Amino acid sequence: MQYIDPHIHMISRVTDDYHRMAQCGCVAISEPAFWAGFDRGSAEGFRDYFHHLVEVEPKRAALFGIRHFSWLCINAKEAENVSLSRDVIAMIPEFLQRPNVLGIGEIGLNKNTKNEATIFQEHMDLAAKTDELILIHTPHLEDKYKGTRMIVDMLKNDTRVKPHRVCIDHVEEHTVKLALDNGFWCGMTLYPTTKCTPARAVDIIEMVGTEKIMANSAGDWGKSDPLAVPELILEMRRRGHPETAIQKVVFENPLEFFRQSARWQEPFALLNFSK
Amino acid sequence: MDPRVKAVAAPKVLEQSFLEARSKLLDIAAILDRITRGDAAELVHQDVKISRIIEALKILQGSSAHKAEQIQKLFSLPYDANWEIPTPRY
Repeated sequence: MQYIDPHIHMISRVTDDYHRMAQCGCVAISEPAFWAGFDRGSAEGFRDYFHHLVEVEPKRAALFGIRHFSWLCINAKEAENVSLSRDVIAMIPEFLQRPNVLGIGEIGLNKNTKNEATIFQEHMDLAAKTDELILIHTPHLEDKYKGTRMIVDMLKNDTRVKPHRVCIDHVEEHTVKLALDNGFWCGMTLYPTTKCTPARAVDIIEMVGTEKIMANSAGDWGKSDPLAVPELILEMRRRGHPETAIQKVVFENPLEFFRQSARWQEPFALLNFSK
Repeated sequence: MDPRVKAVAAPKVLEQSFLEARSKLLDIAAILDRITRGDAAELVHQDVKISRIIEALKILQGSSAHKAEQIQKLFSLPYDANWEIPTPRY
């Protein structure tokens, strides 16, 4: 089955992962800007990172027939440094028109601080000014519920925000309805220990349905599985869910959300199919 | 709600998941045993993490159909609806 991994950090993965993902049916991925595992010393460090996201990874992915897209921002963890964040946000427009950029992300909260909220809002100001899609990181573990509530507060407080152009990521049992009931898209992250297992993600799908929901691996430099989305496909099949429902979650939903971006390009596999 | 993805029949879920549940319960029991066996075990009695685990086990004994959500909220920090929301710059 063809699938899209809507959130994976390929900068942290080896080329063999692209190979295996392609073998499993991956036709497109999107890679949000994130924390590198260390705090960068200057905005110029982000310039190099953004260059990697818009130039290097698309070429590496294309070797395996996978379309690579990216999102730009300063992540929630480094957003605690307001001065650095403002320098990075000022730089983002230089990269926004690159052909694989889908929008602003993954912005969000980490420890739910005032500085993080300030920078979240300033990213939203940029997204509103440039009419970009928004991808949102919600905090980990004990901070997730509070942080997701605060994020929804900020989104609803900003009259420019169009919910159908926003995806709230890393939802779990206690936050999925905060996203869906307010009209946002949402993503479930299949990640060991700190987020969802494939089985729990399928439980959530059974409880809330298949509208406006997608699943991703968020594969990165931590212990994670770049083939987590195929694991979800297997779990849905194991429970007897029909292929049409599986395809909606792992392919049609991310496709519908991403197609709202002016810079979306159809996966190579779809183009070849139509020839 | 998508009628195509309704939950699997309960007896089948139990049949498919029994060994997995048994294994995970044993893991929790073994973790608690390990804590009890360790040096200075008395110090953890004041640690909120232990009381959270005990509370979570009580949730498992209830009849709610949303135990995972309840446990998620048990392990969550409280939300204050009166927090100071930043002002958008239009």
